[in-house]
Parts: sequence; C-alpha cells; structure tokens
Amino acid sequence: MTTSSRVIEHKRIEEISSTRKTVIGIMEILIGLLIFFVFAANTTAETLTKFVMTPGGIDQGLMADWILPSKTTLIILAALPLVIGVFQLIRGFKKWTNLMIGICALFLIFAFLVWQAAGKQLNLAGMLSSAVLLAVPITLGAFSGILAERSGIINISIEGMMLMASMVAAIVGSVTKSPWLGLLGGILSSIVLALILGVLSIKYKVNQVISGTVINIFATGLTAFISQKFLQHIEGLNNPQMFTRVPLPGLANIPLIGPILFNQNIFVYLMFVILIVLQLALFQTRWGLRLRSVGEHPKAADTLGINVIRTRYMGVILSGLVAGIAGAFFTLGSVGRFDEGMTAGKGFIGLAAMIFGNWMPIGAIGAGMLFGFADAIGSKLSLLGSAIPPQFMAMAPYLITMIVLAGFIGRGQAPAAEGEPYEKE
Amino acid sequence: MSEQKKDLGQEILKEINQDQPTAEHVRKPFLGKAAIPLLAIVTGLIIGALMIAVTSQSVYAAFGESVGNGFATAFSEIGTAYKALFTGAIGDPVRMINAVKLGDAKEIRQAFNPFLESLVQSTPYIFAGLAVALGFKSGLFNIGVEGQLFIGAACATFVGYSITGLPAWIHMPLAFLAGALGGALWGFVPGFLKAKTGGHEVINTIMMNWIAFRLTEWLLSGPMTRPGSGGMPISPVIQKTAEIPQFFQAPIRFHLGFFIALAVAYLIWWLLFKTTWGLNLRIVGTNPRAARYAGLSTSKSIILAMSLSGALAGMAGAVQVLAVNRSMALGLSSGYGFDSIALALIGNSHPVGVVLASILFGTLRNGATRMMVVSSIPIDIVDVIQAIILMFVAAPAIIRSIYHLRKPKQEEQQIFLSGWGGQS
Repeated sequence: MTTSSRVIEHKRIEEISSTRKTVIGIMEILIGLLIFFVFAANTTAETLTKFVMTPGGIDQGLMADWILPSKTTLIILAALPLVIGVFQLIRGFKKWTNLMIGICALFLIFAFLVWQAAGKQLNLAGMLSSAVLLAVPITLGAFSGILAERSGIINISIEGMMLMASMVAAIVGSVTKSPWLGLLGGILSSIVLALILGVLSIKYKVNQVISGTVINIFATGLTAFISQKFLQHIEGLNNPQMFTRVPLPGLANIPLIGPILFNQNIFVYLMFVILIVLQLALFQTRWGLRLRSVGEHPKAADTLGINVIRTRYMGVILSGLVAGIAGAFFTLGSVGRFDEGMTAGKGFIGLAAMIFGNWMPIGAIGAGMLFGFADAIGSKLSLLGSAIPPQFMAMAPYLITMIVLAGFIGRGQAPAAEGEPYEKE
Repeated sequence: MSEQKKDLGQEILKEINQDQPTAEHVRKPFLGKAAIPLLAIVTGLIIGALMIAVTSQSVYAAFGESVGNGFATAFSEIGTAYKALFTGAIGDPVRMINAVKLGDAKEIRQAFNPFLESLVQSTPYIFAGLAVALGFKSGLFNIGVEGQLFIGAACATFVGYSITGLPAWIHMPLAFLAGALGGALWGFVPGFLKAKTGGHEVINTIMMNWIAFRLTEWLLSGPMTRPGSGGMPISPVIQKTAEIPQFFQAPIRFHLGFFIALAVAYLIWWLLFKTTWGLNLRIVGTNPRAARYAGLSTSKSIILAMSLSGALAGMAGAVQVLAVNRSMALGLSSGYGFDSIALALIGNSHPVGVVLASILFGTLRNGATRMMVVSSIPIDIVDVIQAIILMFVAAPAIIRSIYHLRKPKQEEQQIFLSGWGGQS
C-alpha cells in the first residue's frame, strides 16, 4: 500500500507539461541575464568580495575567509543559469526540472550577495547561522500544519498557538527558573488550544478556517491582556532562563557546517529530530498511513476500521504540540522575554512553507530555510548600507509563496478530504 | 444535454428565490435568527466578567479574608468595570439628563460625546465587516482586509496631501475613491489568482497582508514621509479640502463617514439582493458546481467579488485617514481586518447584521477605553470577548446546549469554503 501510493506520486512529478518546461527555461535564462546585466555590469573589474566564513563569537570549526574577485565570479554565476536554461528549452531536465530551477535560484541569491558585498566584507557564515535560527519557528509551524492537515483538519491557528505558548513558556520558565518546565508549559497551553480547535471543527463541525480564526483572535487578545495586566508590572514573571548553545561534540568542529548546524540551541536540534521522525512516521509506518488515509479519504479509512474521529483528534493535538515548541522558541530560544504579538505572523508563514513544501516534512524544512534565509539577508543588507530597502527583501518570501501557489513550480497536492468535517453514516 | 443544464439552472433559481422571505416569513424567524447572536453576546460578556474577577488581585485578597467578602469584592469589581464600560460607550445617563434639562448646547454635546465616539469607532468596522461579508456571500474568505485597508489608506493619504487647489467637493470624494481603488487592486490580485490558477485566497490574502505592511512601512518612511519627521513612518497631513467633515467642534470627532458607511451598506444590500449580478454571486457562493452547470462564470464572479471586497476594505482605511487621523501612521488599524471576520459572521453576512454587529463592537471598544482608565483592565479583553462570541456564533450547538434551546427544523446556513487546493 505504501509503496504503490508513492509510485503514483513520483509519476505525477515526472509529468511536466511543455508550457511549464518552456516557462521554466525562460525563467532560468532571465536569471542569467539579470545576473549579467544588472549585477555584473554594475561591478568594477578590480573589486573583491570578502565573505567571512565563521559566525561571530564561535571558537569551534573555524574556516578561512573567502575572497572572490567580484566581477569574474558574477560572470561565471551568470553563465551557468544561461546554459541550464538553454538546455531546459532544448532537451528539458524531466524530473530534475524543479531541482534545476532551485539551483538557479541559489545562484541568483549568491550572485546578489557577491554584488551587494563587492568591495566590502560580509559574514556569510553568521548570516547562514542566523538564517537557521530564523527558520526554526517557520519550519516547526509548517510541521505543525502538516500533522493537522494530513489528518484532514486545516489549522490556521498555528499563529495563535505559538503566541500562547511563547507567553506561557515565559511565565512558567520565569516562575520555575527552568527552561525545560517552561517549554513543557508552553507545549501544554498550545495543546489546550489545539483541543479547542479539535472540538470545534471535529465535534461541532464548525468551518475549520473559522474555528482557527476564533483561536487566533482569542490568543492575541488573551496574551495581550495578561501581558499588560501582569507581565509589564511584575518583572519576575517575564524573565525566563533561556536555552543556551550546546555544541555537539565532534560535529561542531566541522568547518562552516559545524558552527551553522551543530553549535545551536536545543530548538534547532529538535527541529531536525522532528523532521526525521515525522518524515519516517508519515511515509514508512502504519500510523502514518492511517493518518494520511483519514486526510485523503475518510470514508474508505472508516470502512477499513480506522477510527476517523480519534485519528483526527490525534493529528490536531500533535499539531498543537509542535506549534507549542515553535512558540516556546521565541521566548526561550531567541528573545528571552515575552512581548505582545512577538510571533509576528511566523505561524502564517509556516503555513505557506507547508504548502510550498507540498505537505512533506522534507519540503517544509527546505521552504522554511528559504524564508529564514530571506529574513537574514534582509537584516544583513541594511547593515551593509545597501540601496535596496530592507522592506523589499522582507517581501520576497511572501511573493515567492504566491508565485508557488499560482502553480509555477507545479501544483501541490493538498490532502483531498481537508477542510471537510467527517460524518459517519 | 443543454436542456438538462437549463433545468438545473432553473431549479437553483427556484431554490434561491424560495429563500426570499415573504411578509409573514420575516417576523417569526427574526427572533430565532437573532437568538443565537444575542445569547452569544450575553455569554461573551459573562465570561469577560469572570475574567475581570479572576485576574483581579484585590478579589484574591478578599477571598483570603472570607468567602462572602471575596464574592462581594468580585461583584463590585465587575460592577465598576462594566459601569465604566457603559458610561464610556454610551455616556453617563445622569449627566445626559441634566445637560438636556440645562439646555446648554456645549454641555449636551459633551455629555453625548461617548455615544457619538462609539459611532466613530464603528465606522471602519462597518466597511471592513461588509468587505468580509461580501466575500462570504460569494464563497470566498477574505482574510486580507487588513492589508487592503492599509493600501487603501495609503492611496487616500497620497491623493489627500499631494493634490492641491481642488475644491473640497471634488478632492474629498477623489481621495476616498482612491482609497477604494487601492483596496480593490489589493483584492483583485488574490481574486485573479484564485480564479485563474486556483491558488487559495486564504493564503494569498495573508501573504498580501504582509506585503502591504512592508510596502506601507517603506512608503511612509521613504517616498511618502512627512518632511522633517526624520524618517519616522508618518505621512504629511492631508489638505483641508480632502478632509471628510466632522460635525462638531474639536473634541467630538463624529463625522460624515458614518453616514457614508450606512449608505454603502445599503448599496451592498441592494447589489446582493436586488440585482442579477448579486444573485449570480450568491449562487456561485452557495454552490459553485451548480453555478457552473447553470452557465454562470465562476471566475468572473470571484474576481469581481474579491475586488469589490477589497474596495470596501480600502474605504475603511480611507475613512480613518480622511475623517479621523488626517494623516497616516503605521498604527492606523487596531486590527480591523481580523475583527471584521467576527463581525461578518455575527451579522450572518447580511449588511443589516453587519452594521448592527459593527456598532456593537465599536461601542464595546470605545467603552473598553474608559474601562481601562477606571479599572486598569487592558482593552484587549474586548478581543477575548469577541473570540468567545465568534466561537458561539460559529458553533450554535454549544449555545443551544447551555441555554437548552431546541434545535431548529432547518439547518443553519453554512458557509462554503474549500481546502487550500481551491478545487471548490
């Protein structure tokens, strides 16, 4: 059963229409032309771009700086997408098409950095390291969405769950002086909200988008209320101990990768653990097959003896659990105190990452990293004194999401029974 | 084959026409229809009262002394808070009566100001609530009202301050329409994407929200910044000719925009229920598949509805700038976009219901400001109450089981929304 369904998925990806083939080829050529005529043409021949390859404040896994001749690098970076694009137009990359446009997008980003940092220096490793941190709530939010939606429940209240969890984590963490108990408290509060979502949309069959909106408004209001009533006056309630960096022995010494991936706080590791567990559980275990079948065709699943209602509750509660970890990240892994509305829409962007990643954990983390990277570039560029307003960089992930949704990278496959309450006959 | 199609279309029309209430139909179900929202509001206020008591330190202190003391303190706390809510929202009845007795015009105005201020607060809600309601009526969930509102406000502000030398009767409507147009554009994009590519409007409007926030942030601190503000995100003050007039002197802000909102609500009602276009839109909203069989263009309907919904949201932003703030800053909206979802649902997506719900929420919010001053209860309690009301309205079964109401014979009208795939 598992294998046959996966075979079908692969087949669908391989079928690439001729218009898409042409559109993607043209896009790749345009990327090449953009790099050549805008980036390379505006760089003088003698300038150098210096990339610092070790994040600040790290003493393991050091790596020497990269010094690149700006113009030559840009010309090479322009040529590669041109070649790929021409090949795409003539022959086509078949099932590698999406990978190739992804690679071209990476070239574009790298070329952009080379151009912006020409004649200056940019801490590339520091940027990547902060991109990973910025990606944590987005990716975890996407995982949370996947868990709910694979079971057929749309969860747009990830934002609200994260906000609630971040506040409760800060309070519990401050009172108990233990970040672990804070994390637990945050997770529990988020699960309570998830239960409300479950009861509203499974038992009372309320439209799932509306029950999600209820939770979002409720969480925004309640956290702001408690924050103004208590947290702003009583310092001891909003002063949690944070999780510190934990360098993984051995792995943290790998140059470049070590500091970026293996010298972070517990949330980054949790993100990778959940990725592996979720990817395996969803597609290699009976549990995952059941969860997915309930989201795809609940009636058939019910006929086969799967308890649809219970499975959906499980999906929603696990979704709340992961959203709780994402929320606790803000107060215990990033800022160190709770501020009103501090999740700043990351839950919604997580949903976008989920759709972008085609409801697959591995795709979601890719999308989450991309969004985190765009965030990190934005903040670094304003430090470099770039002429491009940081607001425009910040818009990029949203625009990318809309383009992806419009079907440019291929139509995603949402769980078929998503959004429909199940009624046993 | 074509005959079959025609028949289906006729049947749908019949079904829709059946819904048109006849004279004797109207009175009876009105109480039935209003019962759930009214009970939801009452329950929401009761839960709000509980929240006030539970989060009050003096109540805990009193409970420490004795249980009776605790309850007495709790009730007096709730009493003080809700009294402040009432006088802040409607006015102090004693002062109002005395003012009328005295006959002092200034005193009368000031005594009635809380009530007028509630209407000021309601005005953007009416526009924004209508925007969401129009979307619901056509089967679309426009979460992008907040972004459309910001873009609308930015457009209205730009026309409001940059054009000089126009007479007021041209300039004011022009700035207002610019706001509507900006919002319409912001609504058109997700509508177009939904109709042509199936990209779901919920995600697309959320993305458009964030793009709108960043864009206005850049506009207000860059090209549209107030000279001499030192890069603070605030726009220049609009010209006198672009202002929507306020009726009274300075502290009283009651303005013409409230009546514009009522007129627009009437217009939307007329569009939805008295025109063929509105009928088509409602058919597409209730049953898109049947609409397609009946030969209606769903994509045209979707694009039009989203654009119009965006235009209404844009008007909400425009009216705030032109009538109240007179310049634009980032704190323009206190979350009108998300509140409007609750308004549309509580008002059952009907223009009359939306106007009533908007006035209720504007009043609540205005009163809550005074409650914050008197009892130091954060204004955000309104959001919590709002969420609870919304929950009960969306799940009437809960309210029915609390108050032991009987289940209606006919199922409530459901709002049709599909998953992300947009395969409706």
